Amino acid sequence: MRDVRDAQMIARNSEGKLVRRPLSPHLQVYRWPVSMALSILHRVTGVGLGIGTLLLTWWLVAAASSDDVFDRAQWFMGSAFGLLLLFGWSVALIFHFFNGIRHLVWDAGIGFEAPAYDTSGWGVVIATGVCTPLLWVVGLAVW
Amino acid sequence: MSGTPHVDILRSALGRARGLGSARAGSHHWWAQRLTALALVPLTLWFVFAVIHLSGASHQAVIDWMSAPLTLALMLALIVATFYHLHLGVQVVIEDYVHDERLKIGGVLAVKALCVLLALICIVSVLKIGL
Repeated sequence: MRDVRDAQMIARNSEGKLVRRPLSPHLQVYRWPVSMALSILHRVTGVGLGIGTLLLTWWLVAAASSDDVFDRAQWFMGSAFGLLLLFGWSVALIFHFFNGIRHLVWDAGIGFEAPAYDTSGWGVVIATGVCTPLLWVVGLAVW
Repeated sequence: MSGTPHVDILRSALGRARGLGSARAGSHHWWAQRLTALALVPLTLWFVFAVIHLSGASHQAVIDWMSAPLTLALMLALIVATFYHLHLGVQVVIEDYVHDERLKIGGVLAVKALCVLLALICIVSVLKIGL
């Protein structure tokens, strides 16, 4: 069956001729303000964290199994590749955390004006840049 | 999609537009996404510090940690909120970028099923460790 929405894209112009409706300009014609980059990053990190839940699930399943299975999972997390995955997971989580709070504040009707959302955007970038290494320093000190 | 523009269905412009609007379930989706996000703010904070606390821990240490009723309850809350929030988020991403109707519905249902399954695996594991 064809999609009726295709027919929505066809209309008559001022001369009565059938034409395809023009599409609005898309991503490639805009410069990248911080708000746009962070909006896309929020989605990318969200999907990344979704894939990261596989790591969490594996760790929990291993912890519910024998000592051997758990030790293998713990060894993998501590290996170079495991630490790289955990580092990527932590950056994505911390960014999504701060930017998510920014979204919640917007939903409360605060900070949605032109200079405010740029300032809060850079705030999220700085908070992520500061908190990620800080957590790793603390984490590696405990380990 | 290509060729000279023409309309080959016998429906008025209004008729074509009808039925393509809201399914009246959007506000529940939006609200559930915000509520789970709100719940995940303290839960994630707690979990990150728990992970740091447990880095390099022995199996027994993890079992002992998970056996505390508060820890177990917070883990269950974290798992439910995380996978609920995840499936709502990925659903929107799929709906925005996948335009083929069958692929879109199939994708949304597959993500839903996967999230439910992963959440159940996590819940069973956590209960097995903590109880």
